[in-house]
Amino acid sequence: MLWVDKYRPKTLDQVLVHQDIAQNLKKLVTEEDCPHLLFYGPSGSGKKTLIMALLRQIFGSSAEKVKVENKTWKVDAGSRTIDLELTTLSSTNHVELSPSDAGFQDRYIVQEIIKEMAKNRPIDTKGRKGVLVNLVSGNAYLAYDAIFLVLNEVDKLSREAQHSLRRTMEKYSAYCRLILCCNSSSKVSEAIRSRCLNVRINAPTEEQIVKVLEFIGKKEGLQIPSGFTARIAEKSNRSLRRAILSFETCRVQQYPFTSNQAIPPMDWEEYIFEIASDIMKEQSPKRLYQVRQKLYELLVNCIPPEIILKRLLYELLKKLDAELKHEVCRWAAYYEHRMRLGQKAIFHIEAFVAKFMSIYKSFLIATFG
Amino acid sequence: MLFYGPPGTGKTTTALAIAHQLFGPELYKSRVLELNASDDRGINVVRTKIKGFAAVAVGSGQRQGIIEPLASRCAKFRFKPLSEEIMSSRITYICNQEGLNLDAEALSTISSISQGDLRRAITYLQSAARLFGSSISSKDLISVSGVIPQEVVDALFAACKSGNFDLANKEVNNVIAEGYPVSQMFSQLFDIIVEADDLSDEQKARICRKLGEADKCLVDGADEYLQLLDVAGSTMRALCNMPEEFSYN
Repeated sequence: MLWVDKYRPKTLDQVLVHQDIAQNLKKLVTEEDCPHLLFYGPSGSGKKTLIMALLRQIFGSSAEKVKVENKTWKVDAGSRTIDLELTTLSSTNHVELSPSDAGFQDRYIVQEIIKEMAKNRPIDTKGRKGVLVNLVSGNAYLAYDAIFLVLNEVDKLSREAQHSLRRTMEKYSAYCRLILCCNSSSKVSEAIRSRCLNVRINAPTEEQIVKVLEFIGKKEGLQIPSGFTARIAEKSNRSLRRAILSFETCRVQQYPFTSNQAIPPMDWEEYIFEIASDIMKEQSPKRLYQVRQKLYELLVNCIPPEIILKRLLYELLKKLDAELKHEVCRWAAYYEHRMRLGQKAIFHIEAFVAKFMSIYKSFLIATFG
Repeated sequence: MLFYGPPGTGKTTTALAIAHQLFGPELYKSRVLELNASDDRGINVVRTKIKGFAAVAVGSGQRQGIIEPLASRCAKFRFKPLSEEIMSSRITYICNQEGLNLDAEALSTISSISQGDLRRAITYLQSAARLFGSSISSKDLISVSGVIPQEVVDALFAACKSGNFDLANKEVNNVIAEGYPVSQMFSQLFDIIVEADDLSDEQKARICRKLGEADKCLVDGADEYLQLLDVAGSTMRALCNMPEEFSYN
């Protein structure tokens, strides 16, 4: 098992990074009925971990017994019936899914699932909310007659889906509690946000990441040279998941650790670094053609296009003069926006590369003749 | 009747109160139909369901959205955003009823962050009470409301003023890592810029135009980091009187 999974805190009490939030959540679910929740924050900040720990807090260990299902829904959409397929993760008390996987038909998913869940609500709690005592552990858990629905990536839902989510939320709030999870709350409509308790999960600081890495190192019985975990944390871009993954990679590559051991970058980052040097060296149609092959390579390996563009910008910014930085970041924002509106990502990334070449070339000519 | 005004100013509450007054509790159920037209139910629902009902009260967020032939057939009532005093007195009343403790600072914070929207104020209050218990400070309210702490906004603005691109980039990265919503950052930046005394009108106009463009891009689903960085860059160029256009073209 990977360390990221092995050392994922199971309960709200074990959480190392967002202790204050965890304690507040605990209070929230033990005191009274739980409202709808919206978790937002950058990736690798611990949203999912907190949600799973929260479910465990409510339902005890039964929340961990999940099964993966590939479900098909028949949806009646006016004149025709649509078949929708989606993977769900469910236990007796909760269902987790990413409705945005259904693409432009996402709004049917939201409506159908909630309706269906309202029909098959858990029977063992017999309606009323009360306290269930787990006979084995002696712990008391609140039993909700509502099922919990965890929706991932709500920021990627279409406007229509968000509208229908909002209506369904009000209509069926007696039967289900929603836990929404997303990266940027700007993209979630105000109507949804105002109906949920918003919980912001910030990315852990480098010191916090160091603390977690040291904790894992101790559990694994590793000897860690001083400053080593700090270097990993610095390269992690404040993503805890990423830090733990590269910590484990280092462990596999070379142990005992040495204090100057290199921390391997991700393959795709290395690749984008090469692309950046390529276009800094030569600005010509031929070079553009070569770069296109590399961009395709990244895309077929499922690196999201906006990540490619952002990383490319990051690499370019490291090498440019101040005035050029302004211009390049402006065009990066411009082409990323166009990419969102368009269909083929490669066009827009390539357009950015071509634009960069033209800016850089005219800068070189003006400066060096 | 046509009720219009911003959210949380009591349009629905007034309409329902009128209905209650007219019909009393028994008849109320059979005589009142509440529809949210924005629920894109289409023309059919409006036609078929409303037929059986005589009087129609219409509530609207924006007056412009109502076509003139409809507006001219209604008695119009405008609901203004609530003043801070009204807000505070209502919040104090709720606090007393629910046994919550709010100090003077928290009270003024809640009135200002909810911007005349009482529903929003009550939601914030309830969320804060659920998370933090019965003693609520101004900081607790800010954390549940999603408003960005002023020092974070100030730090970004100062970085733009410094003219150092890398510094601004660092602040932008920080805002994203902390998970603050960028749309909220835009509106708070906008407040700073509009109120600033030491900026020329041209500088303000340049920045505001960029904010508008970036806001539209965000709605289209553009990346938050890139948009904020672009805004920070443009703001810096305006504040430091750098040319708007790239000089090597």
